[in-house]
Amino acid sequence: MATSDLAVQAVGIHKFYGPLHVLRGIDLDVRRGQVVVVVGPSGSGKSTLLRCLNHLEAVQRGTVRVCGELIGYRETSRGLVELRDAEVARHRRRIGMVFQQFNLFPHLTAEGNITAGPVHVLGEPRERAAEEARRLLALVGLPEKAQAYPAQLSGGQQQRVAIARALAMRPEVMLFDEPTSALDPEMISEVLDVMTALSRQGMTMLVVTHEMGFARAVANRVVFVDEGRVVEDAPPAEFFRRPRTERGRAFLDKILH
Amino acid sequence: MAGWDWAAFQKYLLNRYLLEGAWTTVWLSVAVMAIGLALGLGAALMRLSRHRVPRDVARFYIWLMRGTPLLVQLIIIYTGLPQLGLRLTVIQSALIGLGLNEGAYLAEIIRAGILSVPRGQFDAARGVGMPYWTMLRVVILPQAARVIIPPLGNNFNGLLKTTSLASVISLEELLRRSQMLIQLEFKVLEIFIVAACYYLAMTTLWGLVQRRLEAHFGRPYGAAPGRPSRAIEGTLLEQDAR
Repeated sequence: MATSDLAVQAVGIHKFYGPLHVLRGIDLDVRRGQVVVVVGPSGSGKSTLLRCLNHLEAVQRGTVRVCGELIGYRETSRGLVELRDAEVARHRRRIGMVFQQFNLFPHLTAEGNITAGPVHVLGEPRERAAEEARRLLALVGLPEKAQAYPAQLSGGQQQRVAIARALAMRPEVMLFDEPTSALDPEMISEVLDVMTALSRQGMTMLVVTHEMGFARAVANRVVFVDEGRVVEDAPPAEFFRRPRTERGRAFLDKILH
Repeated sequence: MAGWDWAAFQKYLLNRYLLEGAWTTVWLSVAVMAIGLALGLGAALMRLSRHRVPRDVARFYIWLMRGTPLLVQLIIIYTGLPQLGLRLTVIQSALIGLGLNEGAYLAEIIRAGILSVPRGQFDAARGVGMPYWTMLRVVILPQAARVIIPPLGNNFNGLLKTTSLASVISLEELLRRSQMLIQLEFKVLEIFIVAACYYLAMTTLWGLVQRRLEAHFGRPYGAAPGRPSRAIEGTLLEQDAR
């Protein structure tokens, strides 16, 4: 497979928090247009893995490439050198991220949240960015909320604006870090519906979630992470019907009762 | 005993010489605040740096400025430095001394404001590809402002009066001009009461400006001036209900 087919290519990632060895050599390839759901017990390193992919956390060993480009580092004859802030920021433009706690900018309207990146990072004219923001708000089903502040929106609405905010940067890959875990049950489906629609449009997505229904219906692959390692990597039908490992079985028993 | 002289009081209330002194107090305060904000922001960011050297430099600056009397700093700058060949005008000395001092206090206020912004806001700003300065300008500082403005207003109120210390290096602000007028006209109480009235007027006006600033930065959170935001009220009420 040619490298350019790979949206994400992580090789041998290790991450330490002090003495804590959170990621213990993770390899992960995601082809363009694929939806990969990452599951695993809490503390297994799923969220850390996602944060390492866009260099919100620096890895101590290993490399991350997004669409062939090395993220966060530069290759030199003496090994990898961490890039300067502005260059890392430039890499992150191609990687959209959606957080468990939404993290909308509370001092900006929904439209202001969505246009912040295009205007202040890409230097787009405000008018065009606002037009695009309204299109994206319609896409996530909130065409009437452009002027609403986050405090005036429900959790589900905030998360949908957060998805629109990430999309406004026209990313090549979208990372979702437990996007529905902080939501009231009745708001979960509205967010999952938007994510499902997004996958149908061919967006490459990496999703950390406990929503097994979503994984079953939308994912091309389920990656099961435990104790900082990829333990299983299989199509959802296979993983849910017959996990290959004991730990996979134990995990499924717990979450599916 | 001379007693209180109403006519003199009224006359001095609109005295041009004193009004000019009050004007000096106002622009000096605004200029010092601007210098202090620049220095304070720099020192606050240095104290929050990942690297040790800028952290220690900022800590030393804040320690030095807050640990010595402003009066001593002003006298050293104006009267002491010429001994080393550095001769500054009265205005330059006052701007440097007051500005350095104000910056040290504002640094801690600004640092607290930045620390009050949740971690997730930094992540989200990074997430849309913002470099450090863009993140600060667009995402972090506007949110920090909401926390910074009440204590910052407190400082500016104090500063309007602290500038009177510059009278010891003969800067002709309100206090100095009052003293000079008294030496000519001997109306001690009347002139000082007029000066006090001017100071009150300035701090009162500033109080109004501050209220508007707080309302402006609180609006997205649904806050009325001087009241907690709806979000805060909400959590308080929820806690009561439990």
